[in-house]
Amino acid sequence: MVWALIFVALAVLFVAFQFDTAFMLQWLPFILAGVPLTILISVLGILLAIPLALLGALGRLSANPVFNGISGFYVSFVRGTPLIVQIFFIYLGLPQLAQYAPGPLQNLFILGTITSGVLALGINYGAYMAEIFRAGIQSVGHGQIEAAQALGMTRAQTMRRIVLPQAIRVIIPPTGNEFIAMIKDSSLVGIVGTQELFFRASKIGRQYFQNLETLVVAAMIYWALTSIFSYFQGRLERRLATGYVRERGGPHGH
Amino acid sequence: MGTEARPVVSLRGVRKTFGENEVLKGVNLDVAPGEVVVIFGRSGSGKSTLLRCINLLEEPTSGSVEVAGIRYEAGQGNRRKRNTMREIRSRTGMVFQDFNLFPHLSAIENVIEAPITVKGMPRAEAERLGMRFLEKVGVAEKRDEHPIRLSGGQKQRVAIARALAMQPEVMLFDEPTSALDPELIGEVLAVMKDLALESGTTMVVVTHEMGFAREVANRMAFMHEGNLIEEGPPAELVGGAKDPRTRRFLEAVL
Ligand SMILES: Nc1ncnc2c1ncn2[C@@H]1O[C@H](COP(=O)(O)OP(=O)(O)OP(=O)(O)O)[C@@H](O)[C@H]1O
Ligand SMILES: [Mg+2]
Repeated sequence: MVWALIFVALAVLFVAFQFDTAFMLQWLPFILAGVPLTILISVLGILLAIPLALLGALGRLSANPVFNGISGFYVSFVRGTPLIVQIFFIYLGLPQLAQYAPGPLQNLFILGTITSGVLALGINYGAYMAEIFRAGIQSVGHGQIEAAQALGMTRAQTMRRIVLPQAIRVIIPPTGNEFIAMIKDSSLVGIVGTQELFFRASKIGRQYFQNLETLVVAAMIYWALTSIFSYFQGRLERRLATGYVRERGGPHGH
Repeated sequence: MGTEARPVVSLRGVRKTFGENEVLKGVNLDVAPGEVVVIFGRSGSGKSTLLRCINLLEEPTSGSVEVAGIRYEAGQGNRRKRNTMREIRSRTGMVFQDFNLFPHLSAIENVIEAPITVKGMPRAEAERLGMRFLEKVGVAEKRDEHPIRLSGGQKQRVAIARALAMQPEVMLFDEPTSALDPELIGEVLAVMKDLALESGTTMVVVTHEMGFAREVANRMAFMHEGNLIEEGPPAELVGGAKDPRTRRFLEAVL
């Protein structure tokens, strides 16, 4: 109900400020064309963030001072600096170091905008998600670890076979939230020139001095994207909440 | 005359302190092959700690632990110590008061987990072996159920099968029936009795089920403030304890 009123109010404003809807419709396909890249960057970013978060979490929980120190530094440094600085650091800062690298390796320091963006997002989100993974791992009761150890399992086996499969259930829902947040943050990658959603919107807006229109289009698309993923994320969360029960009633194959 | 069989479990001077609190004060204990030893005593006297020192879930502060000929000395160097601990644990089965089944695994998967990961047994062979033990404890028809769908008694019987599947030299039971509803205690005690009397399993059992102890134990040992102060066959100890502290405790629980 309240939403309906808000929409009506917005529509009135729309008319009052003479929004150029024809212009918006005209450029909608061009802006929409950035969606696949936005999603690609976010998917790759989260895929990079997950192993980093796992390593970060294992490091924070490790008794090994070197491993613990490295992951502590990673989490603290990345969380303590802005994402946009990290993106520029990788995209613009790294190439400056290329001159010190031996010839064949120099190209490794000069990265495209998409690669830089994915790296920055993955590294950044990995640091935040390390806390999620750590909480997930710590949510598994000590009795589980003792039971595994009493059977003669090594620490690595215990982690892989007993702790992580249980921690996953705790880790997946907030990771879904992080993915949704990353879709929005991926717009920062547009600033270094990746042709994603936000880059396209702001480019057209600036070109025709109709920023308001293109920004509204971009905002609506981001909103639609995050709403869709939130819906699936909610369903996944409910399924995970049902506990360790197999679907019943299906034919059993034994 | 025949030589005494070498003990399966041999503790010498086992001391354990938690901070200032000396919980075990130099315990000696030998358990012969096929023998059933029941340990009893007041809450906080150190029974669980003693049991957990046998499979090194607690590392003794000083003293030595020998299981199936594998010797652990308190204060050994790190790498070697961990291997020794694992070897001892894979030859020791432990049953916990609160089951500690792996909730993400079905009954059969709980049972075959360690034979596969620790012993590297092929899955098919592990399943055959696992079913044998699930049958032995009478829950074969629950093979594909997750722990959440099992009653307390069934859970504990699966936990016993899980420990047995490693074919340990000795089974340790830490108050295996005290988390169970009264009407479920019998089914677990029956399984344990069968293990002791029919299968000749070497067992160390912490329990206050005096009926079980009298029927099944070869020897009962009374734990008091970190020492095993008196031990003997149930027939002699119950009613004929020499130490007044043992006598008082037995009078209270019988
Ligand atoms: N991990 C630990 N850290 C510190 N103190 C401990 C720890 N485990 C046991 N204790 C202490 O050691 C003492 C003996 O504990 P233990 O669990 O061995 O007793 P118990 O005889 O098994 O008692 P119960 O019948 O209640 O199970 C208790 O005072 C307990 O508080
Ligand atoms: Mg106890």
